Amino acid sequence: MAEAKVDPMHQFTIEPLFGSESWALGATGINIAFTNSALWMLITTLVLFAFVMGGMKRELVPGRWQMMVETFTGFIDQMLEANIGKAGRKYVPYVFTLFMFILFANLLGLMPLGVIGVHPFTFTSHFTVTGVLAIMSFTIVLAVGFFKHGLHFFSLFLPHGTPWWMAPVIAPIEFISFMVRPFSLGLRLFVAMMAGHVLLEVLSSFVISGGNAGPLFAVGIGIPSMILMIGICALELLVAGIQAYVFALLTALYINDAENLH
Amino acid sequence: MDAEAAKLLGAGLAAIGAGLASIGVGNVFAKFLEGALRNPGAADGQQGRLFIGFAGAELLGLLAFVIAALLIFQ
Repeated sequence: MAEAKVDPMHQFTIEPLFGSESWALGATGINIAFTNSALWMLITTLVLFAFVMGGMKRELVPGRWQMMVETFTGFIDQMLEANIGKAGRKYVPYVFTLFMFILFANLLGLMPLGVIGVHPFTFTSHFTVTGVLAIMSFTIVLAVGFFKHGLHFFSLFLPHGTPWWMAPVIAPIEFISFMVRPFSLGLRLFVAMMAGHVLLEVLSSFVISGGNAGPLFAVGIGIPSMILMIGICALELLVAGIQAYVFALLTALYINDAENLH
Repeated sequence: MDAEAAKLLGAGLAAIGAGLASIGVGNVFAKFLEGALRNPGAADGQQGRLFIGFAGAELLGLLAFVIAALLIFQ
């Protein structure tokens, strides 16, 4: 029996699609090669664009497609209204874009396109991507906070009603918990997506190795693993939605801190 | 014990954290359901808070996974 080892991390490899020689940016040492990650970001953007454009006919009696898109915008609108209040309306474009981009990226990465030979790449399983998304949210929080409240924004680190003798303890803790936000925001999405994909890969390696190891193993290990895998796939679809929602929700909460202090 | 074996053991131990986080996530949803069944009218308004609690509990489990992955692949 050949030692066929399945490497569960191989699916996250970033490869330049058209070579990387001619893509270097002069002497800066930066290479902007068009990778499979960039390709799937582009595909996600195009699919998202097509999805939203299909619903922007502005008919008085919405059709099915418009209804679908309006459900999403309404959902985000409602979430911002509930968490930030009236001032939340102006963040709908950003949070909607963020939510839909992450949602579509997660879902496209789970599509079983491997059966037709196209291997989807989940770029949200890379910290570079989710980290940049988190930094964008965090930058908006800082910008809104400082523009709206000026230096008064620092009162965020001292909650109302803190006894004065607790201030030296509370303020550093609040400050650390504030600064950790972008990391936890990016880390959560990236690890959740990566863990799910590794799990699927490990289970599929059970199916393949079980099938290769003879009929007894195929029935005893391969088939249960296959059934479990179908269940996990459904769970991953749920996780893809929840993670996108959580990212948007936490962004809304952080913006609320900047908008209303506490 | 050589360093490689200790790394793998550490990664295995980090999996305990993932298990404990699952208790936490289960607790979050269990308590939410408990409260929601007592007062279904107020349940829909609290879904945001439900997911904040879920995100907080889940993050710690994911951190355990990160530790394990760092130990194995570093």
